[in-house]
Amino acid sequence: MSVLNDLKNRVLLFDGGCGSLLQAAGLKAGELPETWNILHPDIITGMHRDYLDAGADIIKTNTFGANCFKYNGVTKYQLPDIIGAAFSCAKEAVAAVGHGYVALDIGPTGKLLKPMGDLGFEDAVETYAEVVREGVKCGADLILIETMSDLYELKAAVLAAKENSDLPVFATVVFDRAGKLLTGGTPEAAVALLEGLGADAIGTNCSLGPAQMIPMVKDLVRYASVPVVVNPNAGLPRSEGGKTVYDVGPEEFAQTMETILDLGVSAIGGCCGTTPAYIRLLKELTEGRKAPVLTEKPETIVTSYAIAQEIGDDPVIIGERINPTGKKKFKQALEAHDMGYILNLGLDQQKKGAHILDVNVGLPGIDERERMVETVEELQSIIELPLQIDTSDPAAMESAMRIYNGKPMINSVSGKQESMDAVFPLAAKYGGVVVALALDERGIPESADERIEIAEKIYREAARYGIPKKDIVIDCLCLTVSSEPQGALTTLEAVRRIHEMGGRTILGVSNISFGLPERPVINSAFYTMALQAGLSAAIINPNSDVMMRSYYAYRALTARDPQCGSYIGHFSNYRPPLPKGAIWAEDAASLNLKELSDSDKKEKKEPAASDREILNPDPEGPGGRLLQSVRSGLKDQAGQAAEAALKEEDALDIINRYMIPALDQVGKEFENGKVFLPQLLMSAEAAKAAFDVIKDHMASSGETAEGKGKVILATVKGDIHDIGKNIVKVLLENYSYDVIDLGRDVPPETIVERAIEDHVPVVGLSALMTTTVASMEETIRQLRKSAPWVKICVGGAVMTQDYADRIGADGYCRDAMATVEFAKKVIGA
Amino acid sequence: MEINRYEVCRYLGIRQGEPDARTGDLIDECQAELMKAATPRMVHRTYPLTIRKDGSLDLTCFQVKSKNLKKNLEGCDQIILFAATIGEAVDRLIRRYMKTQVSKGVVMQAVSAAMIEAYCNEVNLDFKRKAAQEEYFLRPRFSPGYGDFPLECQKEIGEALKMEKTCGITLTDSLLMLPSKSVTAVIGMSRQEISCQLEGCEVCSKQNDCPYRRS
Repeated sequence: MSVLNDLKNRVLLFDGGCGSLLQAAGLKAGELPETWNILHPDIITGMHRDYLDAGADIIKTNTFGANCFKYNGVTKYQLPDIIGAAFSCAKEAVAAVGHGYVALDIGPTGKLLKPMGDLGFEDAVETYAEVVREGVKCGADLILIETMSDLYELKAAVLAAKENSDLPVFATVVFDRAGKLLTGGTPEAAVALLEGLGADAIGTNCSLGPAQMIPMVKDLVRYASVPVVVNPNAGLPRSEGGKTVYDVGPEEFAQTMETILDLGVSAIGGCCGTTPAYIRLLKELTEGRKAPVLTEKPETIVTSYAIAQEIGDDPVIIGERINPTGKKKFKQALEAHDMGYILNLGLDQQKKGAHILDVNVGLPGIDERERMVETVEELQSIIELPLQIDTSDPAAMESAMRIYNGKPMINSVSGKQESMDAVFPLAAKYGGVVVALALDERGIPESADERIEIAEKIYREAARYGIPKKDIVIDCLCLTVSSEPQGALTTLEAVRRIHEMGGRTILGVSNISFGLPERPVINSAFYTMALQAGLSAAIINPNSDVMMRSYYAYRALTARDPQCGSYIGHFSNYRPPLPKGAIWAEDAASLNLKELSDSDKKEKKEPAASDREILNPDPEGPGGRLLQSVRSGLKDQAGQAAEAALKEEDALDIINRYMIPALDQVGKEFENGKVFLPQLLMSAEAAKAAFDVIKDHMASSGETAEGKGKVILATVKGDIHDIGKNIVKVLLENYSYDVIDLGRDVPPETIVERAIEDHVPVVGLSALMTTTVASMEETIRQLRKSAPWVKICVGGAVMTQDYADRIGADGYCRDAMATVEFAKKVIGA
Repeated sequence: MEINRYEVCRYLGIRQGEPDARTGDLIDECQAELMKAATPRMVHRTYPLTIRKDGSLDLTCFQVKSKNLKKNLEGCDQIILFAATIGEAVDRLIRRYMKTQVSKGVVMQAVSAAMIEAYCNEVNLDFKRKAAQEEYFLRPRFSPGYGDFPLECQKEIGEALKMEKTCGITLTDSLLMLPSKSVTAVIGMSRQEISCQLEGCEVCSKQNDCPYRRS
């Protein structure tokens, strides 16, 4: 009998806590509990026996913290020995008592994953894989991944379990009292992720007592189609004389667990603070109790690390802007690894109301796989919205799905056999909601009937991989009405019929108007019609005012917007879009041009010669406006002023007459303590906005804006503080240096390699901790040896001139402006 | 939570006077976003303390040799060990703006640094109240990395408090805490009250060369 079969028939009982029992047996604070598998096997075996005698069906091996961070080549005990000994104890107890499954117990690594932390995703997978392989070797009956508070790490663990064993995988997570994971995820998001990855049972353990867990258990049961496991603590912990005690006794615990069982839970047990006495009482509850009836839950859900987005009755907006097609700037950004540009596109769409972001980075001549991974990693570290991985390259798709922090949307599969053969195995392995195009080898069918046939074929093929219908969203496709008069009607009929079949639909709306003037007119009308036909999601530009009008109006008109709340929210301070180059009167006023130039005059009665030159341009003219906007740090205005100035003057003149003097002026005021860091940076951002406009202009007239020279910036190995480094980067870029930003926690070798590869004249190193100055010193040593031409400047909170001299740097830069000066000195201004 | 605006300005290098209006607006904006995103969490345990003859300290859950900490704990027989964080979402916000609007990024960083301080102060006040009921007085909080209190102790503190499980605080290979706006500290409990305690900048070794030094 396997544990999964058992779970179908009856409620199973897990054992209870281990830590408090071992502490009672003499485990000291700070001592690693797993070492007792080797040091005191009799005690560990005895604990397992007590639990089995109490009636537990499943015991957990004493391997919660067994991983390569705690047991490795330099520690006293080795990982295989620790795990081997754990299984000997467990198996001996099972043999003695005559029943029981042995679960390989796996806990968190204690590390945070990149990019927020310092453990790479694949390193996390390998850390878990090592444990799983040992567990399989030792004859585990199942794998229990427990006490997980980060869905990303959980994903690494489940993947490792699945890739290295055929064992059933159970996974339980920790919620706080607010019903969220420590990293922000909800029960719904946890369920979607785990079911997508193919976990056999899911649930929650630790942190809370049974009573506090009830709301989360309700959510788990509501969303999960697989069995739910609940292993609470014996209430909440408190400290008593250096010992941890829990406030719920066995009787009260069992009483609440009965309520929890009645919610539809398939397996129960205990965590911290529970003992065989607790499990004995639980046995009375589970004895003879039939397994709850499980139902397949209908919700279509995509997730990010924090959000679960349902694609159902309420229409969903998928932002289409992260896509290089027809966007020169995007292409440049992609080629230059300018993530800031792409991230801003994402944030902007989120602000405008997108629920999901489509991510497409396909461009001839770039490594799409690498770029897709980079983009997804960056986006998911700063934006809560779920992502739609949009690529026709299966390798890029797989890599992105693998490192995606959640259950992604995937764009797309089609009815072509080749496409289904490539995409469905990925969706089956990693989980995901798949956009399925209603076309096949014969192309896009003309009739709705045929499109539905293809949809059905896709559903059938997906089912063969175990992918449920709810995880397929059909793209009914639209052909432009300019050449296909029936195009819109056919699409709408297909949408309506799929909707009636209980399927989900999606459309890239704008194709409908191809070849027609004033396309938004057609697009928005068609969008409304499609919504009325039951469209579940649309891939649109959330910046398009008319499309958003359709969206808000439709929701208000179809009782999807209670009290028209979001309609009113959107339109109460509504300002219609302006034609390009135009500016609202009140925005223009915020520049306060007159006032600014007046105050300048007041402050400096006798302007120095250089200052007089700066004040020279007419403050009302475009050049003067540009200068003032940069000085005042007004981004939008700076861009607009640059635009206007370009009509009158040459690009290089604008840079030299207004931009550089403005930046120098602000830089000087910063050094004199007249303006402070935020203002300096606002000016830098305004300058960047103006530079972008000027560069665009130069590019379109065939000129190239030459950079002054390359500068590598890095926060040294072991250090994760990168704020200072980022500030330096912004300013260097302002002064037209090409910054190669290697990020934080950068090994010396990486810096040396890059310095040689690009023959970089200046390297700037940052360290914030006394402890990481050593790796700064090592980096300098290696640079001197292999790239002797490089001039090195250092900075960071612990740095001093004296320190910089001692570790052999060429310069100490106390702030960002000092770094600019350093670069000027070495490379030239 | 009362965020100290003076501290925020100090972190931004604004040594005297008020920030300009737009920086002021940024501070308000960041504070509002942080208040929504932050998830303050805290864990603490009380342990007996023995100061050994050789000068080393036995804090029950770990042992350490540190002159500065010893000085801080003189006259104490127990310690409160605590860890606190304002959560990972804060790091994401800082990251978001450092990548997309660096002026707001640095302000976010400054406000969140003041926020974790404010949270620790709030927690401390609570400790103080409870300690008073048992007729104990508290010493200022002292963290690994202050003076000669080694950073290596972070590992043992992490284990003792199970701070990953309880607060979501993890350690990097170089023993930095993540989420970055986290604090661990030892607070001495003594039967004797001492007045005029030095803390913060006043006990730091980088006294003369720190742009952020409290004046």
